[in-house]
Amino acid sequence: MKRHVLHPLWVAIGLVGLIFLARLFVVPDDFGVHGDSFTYNYHRLSNVQEWQEFPVKYQGRDSCAECHKDNVRTQRRGPHKRIQCENCHGPSGPPGNHPDNEEYLPLNKERDLCMRCHASLEYPDAARSELPAIHDRRHKRRRECVECHNPHDPREDVE
Amino acid sequence: MSCSRRDFLKDAVSGAAATVLPLSAFTFLTTDEAKAAIAEATVRWAFLVDTTKCVGCGLCVKACKNENEIPYDAPVTRTWVERYVVTKDGRTLADSPNGGRDGFTTGTIRGEEIDPENVAKAFFVPKLCNQCDNPACVQVCPVGATYQTHDGVVLIDREWCIGCGYCIMACPYGVRFFHPEHKVADKCNFCYHRITKGMQPACVDSCAFGARRIANLRDPDDPVTQIITTERVAVLKDEYGTKPHVFYIGLDASVR
Repeated sequence: MKRHVLHPLWVAIGLVGLIFLARLFVVPDDFGVHGDSFTYNYHRLSNVQEWQEFPVKYQGRDSCAECHKDNVRTQRRGPHKRIQCENCHGPSGPPGNHPDNEEYLPLNKERDLCMRCHASLEYPDAARSELPAIHDRRHKRRRECVECHNPHDPREDVE
Repeated sequence: MSCSRRDFLKDAVSGAAATVLPLSAFTFLTTDEAKAAIAEATVRWAFLVDTTKCVGCGLCVKACKNENEIPYDAPVTRTWVERYVVTKDGRTLADSPNGGRDGFTTGTIRGEEIDPENVAKAFFVPKLCNQCDNPACVQVCPVGATYQTHDGVVLIDREWCIGCGYCIMACPYGVRFFHPEHKVADKCNFCYHRITKGMQPACVDSCAFGARRIANLRDPDDPVTQIITTERVAVLKDEYGTKPHVFYIGLDASVR
């Protein structure tokens, strides 16, 4: 064969070889088929572990109850018992942030937060219509709900 | 047909060897080894959404964004809540402002004031990743950056994803988006870091109305699994053949 044909051929073969060589170093050892299907289970195995170690932010009411017994007790007896503390108080994790870092737990006392459930939407047969509701324009405009209603047990007025 | 003694012995030995040798391919497992081998099949995560219970408060969307470090004000979210209003004159209106992150507090949909008298039915539909059995998003990934775990959850390898966006296009449910900070594809993973620790996903915990629940389909004693297997539930876009694993109670035909 002529040299002008062979030369580019060697270059091309060399490049392919280089790619295979680079692949040895770049592709992690745990990359492969981890399961039944090449289509769905072809991945880097350690990534599963990495996702499991993602930090948890919302620790749940039981973790709040360890210190705030009274508030949790008040909240559990009222109609707001189904609401998690962190829905209004903000997430307390990841561990080390609360209670060590005072800044971390921003309490949301805004009227808008209450309006998520208690703004009147007149929808027939919807679960929303069963909640006690107000019309924003007609009920104590621009006042914060918590000035009058105790959010932990809304049947109680704030003294 | 003639057969010498020599041929007969030869065939007999090789025949016996041919039947016995494949058996050696099977290995005897100890009880622990057998348990470990089938352990992979003891969990299959699924989700149950009861649309009749959802009030559209959007606290699930807020919790999800905080829990999973999704930029709060960016127009992307792993889960969202849609509102559907079907009017008496036959129109279907739907909206999901900010993914329902701040709840639904007015009757106005896309700038249109709806007369409450004209509402035939209205409901809220939370949406999230369906963790399909045949995930189209995984099929199209050119680099193996997204995959299905043994417990059915589809994950994305943030180190391996090149951000090409094929999976975002492939998902029939539109649950994938481009993460503005990590510059990779992102989506709901049922809070994999929580469910593998025995906790509930953040959206499930934050829902005060029990509209969202998580189930292990391989556990017949799981109360949510019992609802999925014995009550009337539906899935979204069944016709795509993706075998979605988010099941809905009270799903209306107008939901897309």
